[in-house]
Amino acid sequence: MRDVAVVGFAQRQMKELDGSPTCLEILVPILADLYEQTGWTKSDIDFWCSGSSDYLAGRSFSFVSAVDAIGTLPPVMESHVEMDAAWAMYEAWVKIQTGEVDTAVVYGFGKSSAGILRRILALQLDPYTAQPLWPDTVSLAGIQAREGLEKGLWDEAAMASVVARSMSDAASNEWAIRRGATSVEDVLAQPLYADPLRRWDCAPVSDGAAAIVIAAGDKALQARQRPAWITGFEHRIEPIALNARSLVESSSTAAAGTAAGTAGVDLAELHAPFSHQELILRSSLGLADDVRVNPSGGALTANPMFSAGLNRIGEAARAIWAGDSDKALAHATSGPVLQQNLVCTMEGR
Amino acid sequence: MAKVPAAVIGVGQTHHRAVREDVSMAGLLREAVDRALEDAGMTFADIDAVVVGKAPDLFEGVMMPELYLADALGAAGKPLLRVHTAGSVGGSTAIVAASLVQSGVHERVLTVAFEKQSESNAMWALSIPVPFIMPVHAGAGGYFAPHVRSYIRRSGAPGHIGAMVAAKDRNNALKNPYAHLQNEGTTVESVLASTMLWDPIRFDETCPSSDGACALVIASEDAVAKSGVKNPAWIHGTQMRSEPTTASERDQVNPQAGRDASAALYKQAGITNPLEEIDCAEIYVPFSWFEPMWIENLGFAPQGDGWKLTEAGDTAIGGKLPINMSGGVLSSNPIGASGMLRFGEAALQVRGAAGEHQVDGARKALGHAYGGGSQFFAMWIVGSEKPGN
Amino acid sequence: MKVEFDYTRSLGSVLSQFMSALKQHSILGGVLADGRVVVPPPEYDPVTHAAVTELVPVSDFGVVQSWSWVAEPVAQQPLEKPFAFAQILLDGADAPLLHAVAVDSPADISTGMRVRVRWAEQPTGTIRDIAWFEPAGDAVTEGSASMEFGAPEVTGMTSPVRLAYDYAASPEETKFFRGLAEGKIYGQRCPKCEKVYVPPRGACPVDGVPTTDEVELPDRGTLTTYCVVNVPFQGQTIPIPYVSAYVLLDGADIAFLHLILDIDAADVRMGMRVEAVWKPREEWTTSLDNIKYFRPTGEPDADFDTYKHHL
Repeated sequence: MRDVAVVGFAQRQMKELDGSPTCLEILVPILADLYEQTGWTKSDIDFWCSGSSDYLAGRSFSFVSAVDAIGTLPPVMESHVEMDAAWAMYEAWVKIQTGEVDTAVVYGFGKSSAGILRRILALQLDPYTAQPLWPDTVSLAGIQAREGLEKGLWDEAAMASVVARSMSDAASNEWAIRRGATSVEDVLAQPLYADPLRRWDCAPVSDGAAAIVIAAGDKALQARQRPAWITGFEHRIEPIALNARSLVESSSTAAAGTAAGTAGVDLAELHAPFSHQELILRSSLGLADDVRVNPSGGALTANPMFSAGLNRIGEAARAIWAGDSDKALAHATSGPVLQQNLVCTMEGR
Repeated sequence: MAKVPAAVIGVGQTHHRAVREDVSMAGLLREAVDRALEDAGMTFADIDAVVVGKAPDLFEGVMMPELYLADALGAAGKPLLRVHTAGSVGGSTAIVAASLVQSGVHERVLTVAFEKQSESNAMWALSIPVPFIMPVHAGAGGYFAPHVRSYIRRSGAPGHIGAMVAAKDRNNALKNPYAHLQNEGTTVESVLASTMLWDPIRFDETCPSSDGACALVIASEDAVAKSGVKNPAWIHGTQMRSEPTTASERDQVNPQAGRDASAALYKQAGITNPLEEIDCAEIYVPFSWFEPMWIENLGFAPQGDGWKLTEAGDTAIGGKLPINMSGGVLSSNPIGASGMLRFGEAALQVRGAAGEHQVDGARKALGHAYGGGSQFFAMWIVGSEKPGN
Repeated sequence: MKVEFDYTRSLGSVLSQFMSALKQHSILGGVLADGRVVVPPPEYDPVTHAAVTELVPVSDFGVVQSWSWVAEPVAQQPLEKPFAFAQILLDGADAPLLHAVAVDSPADISTGMRVRVRWAEQPTGTIRDIAWFEPAGDAVTEGSASMEFGAPEVTGMTSPVRLAYDYAASPEETKFFRGLAEGKIYGQRCPKCEKVYVPPRGACPVDGVPTTDEVELPDRGTLTTYCVVNVPFQGQTIPIPYVSAYVLLDGADIAFLHLILDIDAADVRMGMRVEAVWKPREEWTTSLDNIKYFRPTGEPDADFDTYKHHL
């Protein structure tokens, strides 16, 4: 395998983007940020890959006009996944592994606020026997949370402590939507919303976009002194049906984590849109208690669909660039209640 | 680092129809997947990863349907990717699957692309009125017809060229049991006599709307050796290029992305004279006139001369460069799968497994797909010999 | 902006039998290779990947395994008032079914509670034939309604998907549309390549930077290329046949699509000079359809060389 590193990361997250669902308004400055970080221009980028969803935008081919942010004449080598951009980064990493290209920009974007997100996501479910009931995202997560609560795998206080730590940590994240010093008591004082969940247990509906630059070998060293070298990059999927898998553990995360290698990880950015899901992910990955989890505040404080997973990789890489971590793990999730999971481990050298 | 040689060792497709009312979406995909696995002599247990492609989710009304399909595709516990690059997606999906093998990440990858167009209506899904904009759009035909007119004006091609392509492809389809349209007796005259839909495009010059799927098994050199498959289709090159839908002075008839992609592809595959060295091509031609347009775009003929190959009969089976031996998109168009069908048919040709529509002695074949407003291009060259041999 | 469609789904053999049974108030589970009975029946065995072929009736009574309160139901859910979604293990099944439970408050539902199906009044052959579940109290099952096996009655279903989105234009587009409300057409120049885009763009598709300097454009120009639309489709708003054409306004560097009228479709030509016909001023909104259509100006056609690079 070629040595590939994350060398650039930029993002925007907000409660409501005042702009079009193509998110061009934020993609343009994000790409400008990346050029500044790396000292590169468009012509230095060999491959482009994005992640987004037509259903989030409410129209077919929503990703098509987003390529305008790149400026694609002369034409570029480009691809798109209908997934969180963390998987776009996986496709780009594979492309670099073929030896055909050395550098890539990946980006994700989505305007979740354009429709009713928790309802739209019901369209991911089995179209014959589940979707016609329109089970919303929050209800599915509530079923998952209750199962763990009643089996004694976690309790309200553990969930509340995830919320409190996330919101407190997010105080220093300029892009977080929900942030500020918060205690476990503050959280537990909130009323139940979707029993057993409080609103703060659920990620806020968020708009946003993010982009990352990855590069191989010497190219990476050109762009940054201490690149975040990718040491493992794995993803797995599970059946969609809630009755075909265990909801209180994440076997796909565990398998991806094992394959990627979690030894020596000192920091983890976990994509957990619900508080109890962070608990599931931590135990599935077997993270030690001293691993710092989501110092950015994580998805509970901003969860822009189709870029939130990529954000986890970006945040983890940034910690490595800054010397705050020597080995970091980033995780992304997709599909109903942690159906599909990706793990990317990175290290500073 | 050297790329791992990779080959197609399994090809499967559905019987494409206007409405496959006998199957669910999962059932449709499994029909193609089961055939591809059988062709490769494999089971789901042999597969390392799955790559799914399809065009807009609005066609079936399922958001990211690969999530629901994961179990039926035997993907549980494995990596699964979902590609969406508009109409070129079937091709891009195959390329992503190939890169998973060529990179050395996986040994055996299953890739499948599909569309079940009968679940909705593509004209509707592509023409949802967006506020503030003139609703003059009328599906893909309405989009492409003005550019076809531009081609005719620029090349001076005679008006019957489109009809010649349609008649050829419809007759080729009669040799392909999987093809959707089985219209016997299609002639240049009958095409010319069909209703004008999006002038200059006639009814018989348009693709049908189909339910269908296509699946491929792509394996590494080692896995090919272990598989027992004696006639792999080796991948000699893959390319993708994109450009904007609209840009000032963008050439919409002969887009630069297609020209750049094919030039890079030939270089990768060591081809200096594509017309002489490529034995046949499956090209994405949803409206008949795109055959001469893409002949030029792909460098088989100088600009303005593509129609001359068509007119001379060079693109028929037995001609200098047979194109769309399977009947092409004009005879079967499950949109998301259409690109992979081109890639898969190219593989069948160099494997000598194309049945009645086999081109004698085909050793190198081109598979091609495009999408969006003639702006996304995906193509590959497969050969009967290992690359470099 | 509304995105609404009644999807027509074909079912295949397993789901056809499941839906046909529901219509007769019977619930079928699929028998997996390991002997487990799963509701709804999966089409393919999760372990062997073979098609599931054996279906058996299970009870319409069951027990709640886990649940979540739906305080604010969304459109098209089984109940309009607050309710619970629950995993319900039907008697005779080995894996739970996801469905709704109608109770008045979260206090009225608990894990372990016995529930029974409330059948919909009008059978449709869909999962919605189970309207919802309700507390079973002390009632005991009378067994699933008997059903006739045979050729399934239901082979397809309709799935209405009704979505609504807020549509927002980009800042550049907004300027353009506000101009239209005053009868003006504003383009913008890309600061790098200096091409004039109309409508203006959030990013110049060549340079990736927003277009900036405003340029007021005339409402006349050259028809570069066109087609005659003669095909009806759902959602169509203009009577056929009509001419859909690219119009390159004088001073603009990109053409846009619009409608051509006041001329027989057969007489329309590439290079034809055209001008806008506006709606009456009192009907103007922030939309390109303030211009009803373009019509020939009567000027001589533009020379091919003047617009050939815009094709």
